[in-house]
Amino acid sequence: MTALTDLTLAAAKAKLTAKDISAKELTQAHLAAVAGARSLNAFTTETPDKALAMAEASDARLAKGEGGLLEGVPLAIKDLFCTRDVESTACSNILKGFKPRYESTVTQNLWDAGAVMLGKTSMDEFAMGSSNETACGGPVTNPWRRQGSNSALVPGGSSGGSATAVAARLALGATATDTGGSIRQPAAFTGTVGVKPTYGRCSRWGIVAFASSLDQAGPIARTVEDAALMLTAMAGHDPKDSTSLPLATPDFAAACGTSIKGLKIGVPREYRVDGMPDEIESLWRTGIAWAKDAGAEIVEVSLPLTKYALPTYYIIAPAEASSNLARYDGMRFGVRVDGDGLTGTYEDTRAAGFGPEVQRRILIGTYVLSAGYYDAYYLKAQKVRRKIRDDFDQAFTQVDALLTPTTPTAAFAAGEKSDDPLAMYLNDSFTVTANLAGLPGISIPAALDGDGLPLGLQVIAPALAEERMFAVASALEKAAAFDARPDVWWAG
Amino acid sequence: MSVTPDDVRRIARLARIAAPEARLDELAGELNAILTWIEQLDEVDVDGVAPMASSVEIALPMREDVVTDGNIRDDVLANAPRSEEGFFVVPKVVE
Repeated sequence: MTALTDLTLAAAKAKLTAKDISAKELTQAHLAAVAGARSLNAFTTETPDKALAMAEASDARLAKGEGGLLEGVPLAIKDLFCTRDVESTACSNILKGFKPRYESTVTQNLWDAGAVMLGKTSMDEFAMGSSNETACGGPVTNPWRRQGSNSALVPGGSSGGSATAVAARLALGATATDTGGSIRQPAAFTGTVGVKPTYGRCSRWGIVAFASSLDQAGPIARTVEDAALMLTAMAGHDPKDSTSLPLATPDFAAACGTSIKGLKIGVPREYRVDGMPDEIESLWRTGIAWAKDAGAEIVEVSLPLTKYALPTYYIIAPAEASSNLARYDGMRFGVRVDGDGLTGTYEDTRAAGFGPEVQRRILIGTYVLSAGYYDAYYLKAQKVRRKIRDDFDQAFTQVDALLTPTTPTAAFAAGEKSDDPLAMYLNDSFTVTANLAGLPGISIPAALDGDGLPLGLQVIAPALAEERMFAVASALEKAAAFDARPDVWWAG
Repeated sequence: MSVTPDDVRRIARLARIAAPEARLDELAGELNAILTWIEQLDEVDVDGVAPMASSVEIALPMREDVVTDGNIRDDVLANAPRSEEGFFVVPKVVE
């Protein structure tokens, strides 16, 4: 019999409904896996008592033939989501001990659908990073290693703990958030599926804010269908978020496996960047061939502003962050460090509470918004952002979806880029465009590189065309037949 | 445009982050590396382009002007670093 932790979310759901397994035993199996994988450092808080109580409640509902879309399914929750009475810190020292008295809308939606919470997962501090190395609780280790090597690799970031929990089979799925690539890049680095939906699909209420015009929640799971099931439960209109779209949520899982025959799939020529490893280039060609075999027509398109997306992002995101993070003043919640008077207390609290990357971004954001520089940086970036969106609008008059690699490289070694912010930022070259334009994107595991590390392909669709995105992604998933998994070296 | 240590001191003050004098040079170097890279945006012609603040082009929703929340004093204070008798305790603000 397959281990309970090896089931896909969809298969576990079927077994739960058929009463082949109980939510309690499924949860216990995952709690044991979580406890056995502490060396990966994927979780910041484990909530076994809560998990078992939720699982028992699920079993009671299942026994009566009731139950929601994710009834009895154990999930991991990124520490960016506020969860009632469970420490929620965004992996920052400034929020140490913070236990919200409320629940984020997305997690509430999951609990309403019957899901079970295993615990909170690690992330880069305030979601600022691409390697999970800026987490205040220390780095997360990627379950994958290069063949014949014991060196630690990063799981990507910022949702590195969530991606690791799913890849290491500690959870059937996990919530994540994506501001510049923080769902899709760690999914690519860990051989998992990561989805960033259209901006506004998921409520941002109760998610610790980083850059509000870019932040979106989404799932990480092991199959496209699993991710679609999770997103269906997570999404939906929420009056508490004024940017939440007042639209009904489609049944995303129903879109998986539908034909992509006749769809036009665009390949943006500007994503072929200098210095891109041959393996990424060849993976992309393979993906194009898979799409063709599935009946899609491939069209080369141009997104001329692509190279300007990252610098645009590194004005807009820090600007919004500097404003959002002004709330951490040591007065109403979080940690306070007493200093000289009120201003001194603010300054010492924030200097002690924020890590170096967060401070760097707040300083950049403050600078680009300050008098005399606002027009040259912030306003300029907002204008370039519109041109980037116009590029996509133009491309989507010719094609139905876009196919690109997810990242320019496979997972890299711990410490390799942590001293060079710019090298770290380049990780998001292929993902950040979808955030700026508000478009849905998905990363699927497509192949292993020469070192035996997973590589991801990305599908980007027009706004609100998630169903088409899921159809294309599941066609590619089927062709890729990716079934590799990391050796379980961490257990014990 | 190049950021000087004096600029860093000014920005850090605006951002309410204590920046020790000894670190100003280093921070200026880090910020300049990022800002120099960002300045490639100067190549983009944005004449006549309207700034884009959000990808959602819907009007902000209105709601009834009614109280939807309240009477949760203890919840609001639950995470305060310091509170007394139902109030936040903060450093002295008025001399």
